[in-house]
Amino acid sequence: MHIVACIKQVPDAKNVRIDPNTNTLVRQGVESIVNPFDLFAVEAALRIKDETGAKVTVITMGPPQAEQALRETIERGVDESILLSDRAFAGSDTWATSTTLAAAIRKLGDVDLIICGKQAIDGDTAQVGPELATLLDIPYATFVKEIGLMGESHFRVTRQTDEGTEVWKLPMPCLITVLKEVGEPRLPSLRHKMRAKKAEVPVWGIGQLGLDAEKVGLSGSYTQVVRVFSPPRRTDRVLIEGLPEVQAEQLFNYLKEAKVPGL
Amino acid sequence: MKAIVDPKKCSVCGVCADVCPVGAITVKEDSIDVSDDCTLCSMCVDTCEFGAICLPEVGSGPAADLASFKGIWVYAEWRDGTVHKVSHELLSAGRKLADKRGVPLSAVLLGHGINHSLTDELIAHGADSVYVVDRPELAKFTDDAYANTLVHLVREKKPEALLAGATTMGRSFVPRVAALLETGLTADCTELDISEEGLLLQTRPAFGGNVMATIICPNKRPQMATVRPKVMKPARQLDHKGTVERVDVPTSCLAARVEVLEVVPEMDQTAKLTEADVIVSGGRGLKRPENFSLIEDVAQLVNAAVGASRGAVEEGWIAPSHQVGQTGRTVAPTLYMAVGIAGAIQHVVGMQGSKIIVAVNKDPNAPIFDVATYGVVADLFDFIPAFVRKIRQERGDE
Repeated sequence: MHIVACIKQVPDAKNVRIDPNTNTLVRQGVESIVNPFDLFAVEAALRIKDETGAKVTVITMGPPQAEQALRETIERGVDESILLSDRAFAGSDTWATSTTLAAAIRKLGDVDLIICGKQAIDGDTAQVGPELATLLDIPYATFVKEIGLMGESHFRVTRQTDEGTEVWKLPMPCLITVLKEVGEPRLPSLRHKMRAKKAEVPVWGIGQLGLDAEKVGLSGSYTQVVRVFSPPRRTDRVLIEGLPEVQAEQLFNYLKEAKVPGL
Repeated sequence: MKAIVDPKKCSVCGVCADVCPVGAITVKEDSIDVSDDCTLCSMCVDTCEFGAICLPEVGSGPAADLASFKGIWVYAEWRDGTVHKVSHELLSAGRKLADKRGVPLSAVLLGHGINHSLTDELIAHGADSVYVVDRPELAKFTDDAYANTLVHLVREKKPEALLAGATTMGRSFVPRVAALLETGLTADCTELDISEEGLLLQTRPAFGGNVMATIICPNKRPQMATVRPKVMKPARQLDHKGTVERVDVPTSCLAARVEVLEVVPEMDQTAKLTEADVIVSGGRGLKRPENFSLIEDVAQLVNAAVGASRGAVEEGWIAPSHQVGQTGRTVAPTLYMAVGIAGAIQHVVGMQGSKIIVAVNKDPNAPIFDVATYGVVADLFDFIPAFVRKIRQERGDE
């Protein structure tokens, strides 16, 4: 069995902040991390590997420095990794990203299962998984919290929805997007750390993927960002001071006035 | 491709170079230079107070016949014979867009056992027409059947814009609809507007809510967006009249490659959290597991759901299903009360969309006060019992 996990390198949200003077996002010196949900995707793949001996390949699309994210997954036990990197990929929306990932998976050929994290913490779109599956013309299941093999050619997955849980049977090859319930990501091991240091990370650009520059990056995107701005800051903050009884009374009155249900 | 600087407008102040996350901008003696490292992230575009920087435009591809697409559509989610609240919100947002464009607003209902009360309700919330596909194959949700059916309707009727709720269902099958139609989709919008030329202006938070981005889909139709629940205000239009059309779709649309083995409905804690009008959340400031009962007391009193910070969950004081924040749930209730929560960015991104935020914390410098509507600087062990007494007293319980 061959499993591909798709990951994304994202800025570490806990260091992203707004400059109070310019009211813009400060990303200088912000560390890049593997998108936390994608670590669950890698863990889910490794658990199936533990059970079945499957081969796990991790791919990412990003600038050259995204190679670091791939090495971090090798440290955890992933077999191989591929970096999709090309100047032409810059400015990709979810459609152009899915187009690029789909080309890479077609090139790999023998893939039985693709695992993505539920969403990335920078864009929060949750769109690349379903769009990638649709482009590859394979079935998918989103918001998966449990995965198991069902015979030789199917997976049994449990999805968490707004209404409850659902159990689905998916034929291979298929794609799933996973929640943190699939399992806490394992720590890097010494053996795999050694391996990660030496591992070759092939870089595929539009040439290797056989993609037309017009179909990827900003030129291949259907959506375009026209404005980026800081959310309006709360200017209406009221500080409630005094003795607890006084504070309780004031807060109660404010909430009553705002017609909060239940009060 | 890279950001384009207009030398006529540029003052060479260098602010753009400071915000560039990849260091692609250098300040020369009398000009700004953008290197090939530019990732087109657009941070510099917004920063420039002279409007001197723009990004190249998205590829047009073969120009679609945009003018042949007309009308605003809302995918109306429903369950157990009731229209989902988000559908009401979408209809009120869609109504405004349709009126501005002078085009009809339509709702789409998919499923099995669709009756008059559902279609009536959608019309009473502003729909001019309701398209219904009622087939036993749609009784259980699958991405395949729902997306293929909706794609069939869109191809036949050609709406200019299609909105759906950013629920687990919408966020699952709507990307497939967009991919099959080969059009753009913007996820989880919190604001929608439409330009005179009919461009849907889709605004959504990014980077965990630290920035807002307005996104357009210039060359493809329909323009598609999922909309975050509880952001738009529903509006009932009592005298509104509309038509209902039952649409036939080919059986091939209804086939699914997956098999739904079990559906276990449960209002689990996470669902209760996202639907609650009021949430009371506790954090590490509670100090001990048994103190979480303070939070539960307040929640019960005001009929609220119980939330928690990651810290409280990691301490094992409460189940992970209560977690609000980046790796937990994103919530936007009318009132969010954060008790003993410092307000790490990972928590804040999950609740900053709330209408009213009350922060109770001993430390006046806690970051939670930056997002609070009402900040109570107090020891929670003094304040919460006093607050509970006040509510009881008002109700005449004491």
